[in-house]
Amino acid sequence: MTRKLVVIGAGMASGRMLEHLFDQAPGQWDVTLFNAEPRGNYNRLMLSPVLSGDKTYDQIVTHDTDWYAAQGVTCRFGEAVVGIDREAQIVHGARGPVEYDALVIATGSAPFIIPLPGHKLPGVVAYRDLEDTNAMIEASRPGATAVVIGGGLLGLEAAAGMAARGAEVTVIHLMGHLMERQLDPAAGYLLQRDLEKRGIRIHCKGATKAILGTDKVEAVLLEDGTTYPADLVCMAVGIRPETRLANDAGLEVARGITVTDQMRTSDPAIFALGECVEHDGQLFGLVAPLYDQAKVLAATLAGTDAAFMPLQTATKLKVTGCDLFSAGDFAEGPGREDIVFRDPGRGIYKRLILEGDRLIGAVMYGDTADGPWFFDKIRSGADISADRDTLIFGPAFAGGAQSDPLAAVAALPPEAEICGCNGVCKGTIVTAIQGGAATLDAVRGLTKASASCGTCTGLVEQVMALTLGDGFAANANPPMCKCTDHTHEDVRRLIKSMGLKSIPAVMQDLGWKTVGGCASCRPALNYYLIADWPLDYRDDRQSRFVNERNHANIQKDGTYSVVPRMWGGVTTSAELRAIADAADRYGVPMIKVTGGQRIDLLGVRKEDLPAIWSDFNQAGMVSGHAYAKGLRTVKTCVGTDFCRFGTQDSTGLGIRLEKLLWGSWTPAKVKLGVSGCPRNCAEATCKDIGVVCVDSGFQISVAGAAGMDVRETVPLLTVETEDEVCDVIAAFVQLYREHARYLHRIYKWVDKVGLDWARAQVADPDIRAGLIERFRLSQTIYQTDPWAEHAARPDDWAPVADLRLRAAE
Amino acid sequence: MSRFIDIAALADIPPQGARVVRTPQGCVAVFRTADDRVFALDDRCPHKGGPLSEGIVHGASVTCPLHNWVFDMATGQAQGADSGAVATHAVRVEGGRILLDASAIRRVA
Repeated sequence: MTRKLVVIGAGMASGRMLEHLFDQAPGQWDVTLFNAEPRGNYNRLMLSPVLSGDKTYDQIVTHDTDWYAAQGVTCRFGEAVVGIDREAQIVHGARGPVEYDALVIATGSAPFIIPLPGHKLPGVVAYRDLEDTNAMIEASRPGATAVVIGGGLLGLEAAAGMAARGAEVTVIHLMGHLMERQLDPAAGYLLQRDLEKRGIRIHCKGATKAILGTDKVEAVLLEDGTTYPADLVCMAVGIRPETRLANDAGLEVARGITVTDQMRTSDPAIFALGECVEHDGQLFGLVAPLYDQAKVLAATLAGTDAAFMPLQTATKLKVTGCDLFSAGDFAEGPGREDIVFRDPGRGIYKRLILEGDRLIGAVMYGDTADGPWFFDKIRSGADISADRDTLIFGPAFAGGAQSDPLAAVAALPPEAEICGCNGVCKGTIVTAIQGGAATLDAVRGLTKASASCGTCTGLVEQVMALTLGDGFAANANPPMCKCTDHTHEDVRRLIKSMGLKSIPAVMQDLGWKTVGGCASCRPALNYYLIADWPLDYRDDRQSRFVNERNHANIQKDGTYSVVPRMWGGVTTSAELRAIADAADRYGVPMIKVTGGQRIDLLGVRKEDLPAIWSDFNQAGMVSGHAYAKGLRTVKTCVGTDFCRFGTQDSTGLGIRLEKLLWGSWTPAKVKLGVSGCPRNCAEATCKDIGVVCVDSGFQISVAGAAGMDVRETVPLLTVETEDEVCDVIAAFVQLYREHARYLHRIYKWVDKVGLDWARAQVADPDIRAGLIERFRLSQTIYQTDPWAEHAARPDDWAPVADLRLRAAE
Repeated sequence: MSRFIDIAALADIPPQGARVVRTPQGCVAVFRTADDRVFALDDRCPHKGGPLSEGIVHGASVTCPLHNWVFDMATGQAQGADSGAVATHAVRVEGGRILLDASAIRRVA
């Protein structure tokens, strides 16, 4: 005998429930379906593609009229339910009552509208149904302005959809980063960067004060006084369960309608499912648990046992080009640990959150291919302690131990990408090796793997070692030092990807074989950490070579040489007097003019250093960093000021470059030259970076050398203005800072990575801007005069005790 | 016979660093390791006289700043392929003060 089932709400949850029910218990229930919207069930998740124009409404309809007819469903669409009479088991629709044996409430959720001044103006919409979507489509003609309040999942999909239709969209988000419930700040930042690239303006930490307009929406005003013009305002700040009917009917309601594991409400004849329910204190907004509820409720109605068990859910953002995955719990907390992988160049971020031996959360951005694999680990609660070292690298590395990098590489499938710059996968490299490429250079030549930034060189060599076996002559790229098996490139890569921010952290997490490293690796690590984490890492003086620790050059007799900076090689009579006075005062045995156009005072005793620095500081001079793996000098000629051949102000440009670059730490020393004409009196073409001025602009060339090796520079770029010279050189220096091996001069590094790659980086406006920004950031910390700092503590430079007097007593 | 002299506070030497004590025989370098052990060696590398006090301290070793000879600070022996030794002096820490054995330092008659 058929019984009467009334369903209120034709959404995705109730739709799926009906499908299961008709499947399991055909003919058992006579169904009446109410829906406030004048249509049946469609896939609300697909509203975003409708908004962006990728799909039409017809394509996202789940159940059409024919389906309802075939199942014998009485459809009462567009009709509101006004009340439920639980005593009589009758649902009162606006157009008449209907009896029920069982009732299902699936009223879903209502968008939360902040009651701001102006929130009722025409042009303010939520993002919930097809009407809202159509309003946004209408409003997003090219040139129109739209403001989305709320930078969560829905708000961003609304923003991206309208932007795709040509509207100028601003997203206002109250929190510090986007999608804070699904993403941590790092992933939120990457998402924001990608959205901004699509022209969407993002305003985080923005509290909306009012929606402005007279007859319709005109603008949005924030608490900080900012206003954004808006033809349309989409409020997407959240949803709340739609419980009004249940409340009126006297059902038990907390935040949502309370249901049991069988989806039963406090009235045994009434069930509920979907976004309107609360189960075990939990609300539901994503589709996966709703489908589980649908399955359980259908079984309950069909008379079989079933129980709803909420599982973890994963989130993916449906915005083309923003690859994002979030699952589980990612809040920081006691007993929780993170494993983080970052590849800033490619915009990749992965973070796993562990509690004890279990994975409890994952946040991924840029590369989410392994998301389902991690999600499975979260749901199963599997013990991951055995795989912990390689867990973040995903299923490709599962089971491999970090201590054996070869095993990890062996486990990679042929399609695994080895070289990110050139998109070379393992299979390509193996094929090249099997085809006869037996050296790294040969592999590089054939496949381009590791031919760009070079950070994957270690991986390529490991593939070679695996493929060639004993035939592979290892040590083409030996380990950094005897303390580790990692190469410099590996260490640099891992410092970034594992987020290692101190020397002890590097030694711990990369398995250093010695305590405290050695005199070879410690200065290298100190540099890498300074370069990669300028804000987080603090320079470790005890990991510096003597010259950098003492900010002077040690001589064979243990005395030091002192070289104050002379910007662009230009000095004054006052500076020269101060130098002469200091030489007399401290008994300097030799004063010598250097090749870098400045003056060297040789033979200063260590305990006199703070005093001589203080004297130079008072004369307006700072450290010349003549001891540093950093910017040394900018050699110039006299340019247009005095020279009859000069084409540009080479002296002025040299000074400007020196003021831009001084204080920065680099893998090895960096010397510049700026010549005012092709006669090249400043010998710019044998410097690390040289500028030769010509009538039409500035020829920038790099990778020269005039030491153990002698090299002529090679052209990098030719630009028209001094500003561009400064930008290109700052970007190039930063690229060198980020990629080179410690102690490799620019020419060695360029030999390794190829000038073409380096040029492509600094020529690309976006990459160049990023490099400049990171250089500037570093300079805010490191462009300070170390002499001034140390001159203040002269006692540190003197012997700690003098036993000559005691012994004489 | 040992004769310990209070030369400085432990805090006067940075971890993984060194300070110098002047003596009639030349300077003695007093080292402090990362785990607060203290060693004292003649501040003069047997190779070319480099000031060991300016070397990088790693574990219980120090590397000469001039030509990278490495010495075990406990024994004064050069490590690796280099051979040679530098004189060591007994030193101990009591109540946060460093005491140096000055018996090997020649008393002026």
